[in-house]
Amino acid sequence: MLTLIFALVLSLIVIVLGIVAVQHPKVSVAIIAAGVVSLFASVMYLLLAAPDVAMTEAAIGSGLSTIIFFYVLNKIRRQDG
Amino acid sequence: MNNIQLEWITMAAGIALVFIGLWGILTQKSILKIIVGFSLFDTGTHVILVSIGYIKNRTAPILDEAVDASQAASQVVDPVPQALVLTAIVIGLGITALMLSFALQLKKKNQSLEISNLKDLKW
Amino acid sequence: MVKKIIILVVLLVLAMMFWNMFSGIPVQNVLPEVSEYYAKNEPAEVGAANLVTAVVVTYRGLDTLGEVSILFLSAAIVGLLLGFQSKTEKRKLRKTSELLLTAAKILTPVIVMLGVYVFINGHLTPGGGFQGGAIIAAALVLALMADPLRKISHGFISFVESTSGFIFVFIGILEIFLAGGFLDNSILPLGEFGAILSAGAIPIIYSFIGLKVGAELSSIVSNMQEAQNITEYE
Repeated sequence: MLTLIFALVLSLIVIVLGIVAVQHPKVSVAIIAAGVVSLFASVMYLLLAAPDVAMTEAAIGSGLSTIIFFYVLNKIRRQDG
Repeated sequence: MNNIQLEWITMAAGIALVFIGLWGILTQKSILKIIVGFSLFDTGTHVILVSIGYIKNRTAPILDEAVDASQAASQVVDPVPQALVLTAIVIGLGITALMLSFALQLKKKNQSLEISNLKDLKW
Repeated sequence: MVKKIIILVVLLVLAMMFWNMFSGIPVQNVLPEVSEYYAKNEPAEVGAANLVTAVVVTYRGLDTLGEVSILFLSAAIVGLLLGFQSKTEKRKLRKTSELLLTAAKILTPVIVMLGVYVFINGHLTPGGGFQGGAIIAAALVLALMADPLRKISHGFISFVESTSGFIFVFIGILEIFLAGGFLDNSILPLGEFGAILSAGAIPIIYSFIGLKVGAELSSIVSNMQEAQNITEYE
């Protein structure tokens, strides 16, 4: 019962942050929201008894992907002046 | 209330993420937000795949003191979707890095990142 | 505005089609047949304690080969495209703070050691080559954040990557001649279940996969850092 309530709270947070990630006008907020969605999805993988997948998603989706987005955003903003 | 399974809740979250990602790809104007929408779509697909393989009251597919090697077939969840999702996550990162380098080249050639300015292939 | 309403209607129709498909999946109580075969015969045939590692490296080894080639291709194309960026605009940067410099000097070797531990023990605990490679690339990100002017030698990274990929395919082809088929792991003895030198050739194969993935992700990150054109400190 407790795991069901926990899963429900995680799913609600993931859906709300996903809507923020596509609708917010600033790009940097959208990138950080996508990184946090990936982090909560990693916790959901642990509830679904998949520790390998949780480790991979936390290291790649929430770490390296956000960093690469910010490198590109920085270079684009520099070119604008 | 006692009949709601865990995998239905996570599958619903995965399907919602897929549709939010699709909405982002179809309606946003800036290329960086389209790529963010693609990344959300990818994450949602992986959540759906892993939650199909879940069986109630069973544990992770690692054989140590908790799970005996001779009774493994009745105590572990399905290991095949987890193996497929493992490689899919790494490939998703590679494709996102590719798309971002293409976005940098587009910015250098056209000086703008709005897709309404890219009219090369329009009739 | 009309365009958004049309897109919303199309997505709702797609959602209804998905709903019909997903509401027909029954609640499962037993493993499917293929997974039951893997779970029953894996301790005797392969001998790894981590079932997911056995499936990724041995039973579905061809998928891992395809994944490794896709990652190589994307790292190569990123390196090519970022080389076309103009190198004419230079930038100056403020020196990073003392806190970040000291912490990076202490933490970077520890994180690399954690990554190596994760891929050496891939057949006993959750982990493996892909996770270990991502952790090594994250250590490189920390080192680049602390000192953006550090030159990463591209020759060394490409040497590690190409040698690891070559040895991985070479071991696979060797196993066609000496054992059951491509990437069957019986060329080394299966050993005692749960020890670190068990499961045949799986520790060796996964270590080389971990080094290859780590080198490719590090090359993507260092190409992106060099495209920023930082030349000197203020």
